[in-house]
Amino acid sequence: MAEVNKDAENIQSIIATDCGSTTTKAILIEKRDGEYRLIVRGEAPTTVEAPFEDVTRGVLNAVAEVEDLTGNTYIKDDKIEHPRKGGVGTDLYLSTSSAGGGLQMMVAGVVKEMTAESAQRAALGAGAIVMDVIASNDMRQPHERIQRIRALRPDMILLSGGIDGGTTTHVAELAELIAAADPRPRLGMSYSLPVIFAGNVDARELVKDRLEAKTSLSITENLRPVLERENLQPARLGIQELFLEHVMKHAPGYGNLLEWTPVPIMPTPAAVGSIMQLIAKEEGINVVGVDIGGATTDVFSVFGEVFNRTVSANLGMSYSISNVLAEATVPNILRWVPFDVEETDLRNRVKNKMIRPTTIPQALESLIIEQAMAREALRLAFIQHKLLAVGLKGVQQERTISDTFEQTESGATLVDMMQLDMLVGSGGVLSHAPRRVQAAFMMIDAFMPEGLTELAVDSIFMMPQLGVLAQVHPRAALEVFHKDCLIRLGTCIAPRGEGKEGTPCLEVSLEMPDGTTESRSLKSGEMAVIPLEVGQKAKAIIKPTRKFDAGAGRGKEIHTELGGGQVGVIIDARGRPLTLPTDKAERVRKLTEWNDALGVYPGAHSSMED
Amino acid sequence: MTHAYTPGLKVSPQTEVRKERRLPLKGDVLVSVGDWVTAETVVAKTELPGNVQTVNVANRLSILPEDIERNMLVKLGDWVNEGDLIAQSRSFFGLFKSSAKMPVSGTVESVSDITGQVIVREKAIPVEINAYLDGEVIEVFENEGVMVKTTATFVQGIFGIGGEAVGELDVVAKDGSVVMDPSLINSSHKGKIILGGSLVTMAALERAKEVGVRGIIVGGIGDSDLRTILGYDLGVAITGSEEIGLSIVVTEGFGQMTIADRTFDLLASRKGMKTSISGATQIRAGVIRPEVVIPLETGLVGNADHEIKHKAVVGLVIGSPVRVIREPYFGKIGTVTSLPPELQKLESEAMVRVLGVKFDGDVEVMIPRANVELIEE
Repeated sequence: MAEVNKDAENIQSIIATDCGSTTTKAILIEKRDGEYRLIVRGEAPTTVEAPFEDVTRGVLNAVAEVEDLTGNTYIKDDKIEHPRKGGVGTDLYLSTSSAGGGLQMMVAGVVKEMTAESAQRAALGAGAIVMDVIASNDMRQPHERIQRIRALRPDMILLSGGIDGGTTTHVAELAELIAAADPRPRLGMSYSLPVIFAGNVDARELVKDRLEAKTSLSITENLRPVLERENLQPARLGIQELFLEHVMKHAPGYGNLLEWTPVPIMPTPAAVGSIMQLIAKEEGINVVGVDIGGATTDVFSVFGEVFNRTVSANLGMSYSISNVLAEATVPNILRWVPFDVEETDLRNRVKNKMIRPTTIPQALESLIIEQAMAREALRLAFIQHKLLAVGLKGVQQERTISDTFEQTESGATLVDMMQLDMLVGSGGVLSHAPRRVQAAFMMIDAFMPEGLTELAVDSIFMMPQLGVLAQVHPRAALEVFHKDCLIRLGTCIAPRGEGKEGTPCLEVSLEMPDGTTESRSLKSGEMAVIPLEVGQKAKAIIKPTRKFDAGAGRGKEIHTELGGGQVGVIIDARGRPLTLPTDKAERVRKLTEWNDALGVYPGAHSSMED
Repeated sequence: MTHAYTPGLKVSPQTEVRKERRLPLKGDVLVSVGDWVTAETVVAKTELPGNVQTVNVANRLSILPEDIERNMLVKLGDWVNEGDLIAQSRSFFGLFKSSAKMPVSGTVESVSDITGQVIVREKAIPVEINAYLDGEVIEVFENEGVMVKTTATFVQGIFGIGGEAVGELDVVAKDGSVVMDPSLINSSHKGKIILGGSLVTMAALERAKEVGVRGIIVGGIGDSDLRTILGYDLGVAITGSEEIGLSIVVTEGFGQMTIADRTFDLLASRKGMKTSISGATQIRAGVIRPEVVIPLETGLVGNADHEIKHKAVVGLVIGSPVRVIREPYFGKIGTVTSLPPELQKLESEAMVRVLGVKFDGDVEVMIPRANVELIEE
């Protein structure tokens, strides 16, 4: 890695690939006029499975598309040539991967709310899907836990437990359960399962005695050495190392891919987390990011300096869409739909999307239903995130970030919507929404930002590649992120508070770049948009009425500067928490009014009720 | 480049079908290369390690964990029957004895002087796998399983539930549009696989289970009925292990959907033949679709290899028969009339690649390429 850093300034061209479960995406970045820019993108089906069973085939196909689009040559002797020589190849090649279902883990800890929860955060932050959390106090019988470990066949187990100097008995008990389960890994019949122990230092020998012979055991620093502090990084690095050494090496073709790149292949979500952290740090802001895919939805947050990531393994827009319906329930989906749909019709539509996941909405009605589903998938994923992105439990108000936001109790969520500066969305339903305002509106309804929040979407989902690039060349990653990856939608103004419909909520006055002034006065239950282009800024005076708080306190005026975007400045005076009308006709009327106010869908939607 | 259309499901009158039959753990393969097997032949078997139970002996005896060893009455590796004593504490004068018994019959696997727990493993669980198809063993994977080959009529469904089932094929609907209701099912269908029409009603499912039908092949199923028969709302399309008393292969989708004529006519022509079906579906990377496999008599076998090669090169071209797989023309079958290369705007305003389709000589309509599937010959 040092070698790469030393030569960072000489790097003229970078190819980065992301091997997803279905598609492998390649991007080409070049240094032009002193700055790094995205040049083209190519893609090809991932080739982990039969008949190819070699991931490099898909990588080469995706890069071949980049060659077609640029007229350059990057492949020589069926390899990506690097560093670039004689006009052939690239200076740097990097990759991320989530092929084969990503990294599937189980974690174990002594107390569910303490070490087990810390272990869960460590695994999620390393880019894993956590299949189950085993804890000494999880109310299950030992044999039930053993059967669970056996049935799930994880790729890896993270065992934590005990602060240093604390319990060793419970840790030994957990180790005995894992040994008794004698778990077989998901991939490969004959290799032994990787287990990482990141718990009480005093229990290391006990764990070794129990697990060394039956598993491939490695030991890292305790992830919760004292109650007041987590130390997740060593465990996360341990997980990523084992991911490469064990899991990836058993995936077809990865041995070759590992040889092509000078830096380790990262799990896709870990790479996305890394770029999010970089942005938050560089700009000194709090960020929430979401990637809604076909099968899973990942949520990332950086508040203060605390990074959290969660993955909702069964919330997604195609493979998992039926589960969104099951978890959200029909009434919650239909509350976002401004026309009549029969429950049986909705159910059959959703199941047909599940079994034919690549289809796209042709009719406007289908698009509106799909975006209603997305709102619920995002909302549920965010609820799960808020439950895990919490302060350390069992601690008395001792976190250093408590000056950033109020912690009323130990274990309170770190996600404070009023303190959120930027909300970034990615994934097909957001990035490819026919109108950008649709993406903005879906994110507002699902995440309910409060105060002033900048909204953005990832143009073509290149955050994974930029995340791995950020490890070795942060400057290039940031330049491309700002110029080519992030599409700014604008700023949302959403005061907290509740008011009766029709009573005054807030006044907004914007001094536009051309010197004119745009003023809006909104009543409770209304929405409005003021166009303000990408890159433009407007001086704003925001005056909420006495029941509402736009960030400075109830009724307090705010003078600030707002950034524009492809949508502009969205004013949401519906109140927080948002209450939708329970009467169907009234709800349809309000949804139609908001859609019309923001220009969300083409034509007059009220006619669709007929 | 990725294909801009969904590859269709296979509907083949005669093709070579190969099935890997693998054990979940290493074990014994019972057949050899060249053996002719029937669907019911057991081709490999193994034993899964038994379930594990724990006994907190230290707690039961009110002793410290480090004292467990000297109170144990059995050794590591001993087989002990349910109810037998495994440990006993020795109190003063032998007056107050505490004891721990085996909760199940099994082997003593570990005794921990840290936790005070004894772990007991029950008897190994035997697992056998059968051939699933009538055919020939063409490869043996040492200690793991075999590959069985047969020449068969092969139809893939879009979605299914339940595992593998084998039985004689019977046809209960006169064509693919008929709704399968209970009146079409009678006791003569016991042990059979039945081919229905556009929808199987809940009442028909109940009737089929009652008479002992092994499998149903049908065009559509209502999601509400699926929820009723499963007892839960299916979240993700990973199926095959449901125990609902029969297996179901759905060829078209959810709701009432006429089975494509080609599929129906082909299957109907195999009435009376031994048929293997599997409802197992996995719509993720590594997609598994449910299937109907009807091994053909040797006399019917032609040059199957030739047929496969011929089909592999067929793509989406003008004149290709396609089925629309999303609203507003869901389920309609037509012919491709144009393939404009440039992106076009849909009613939903999405800009996508489209194709022109004509249904039964009607006017041409434009449909996203992602929303059709090729009907594979």
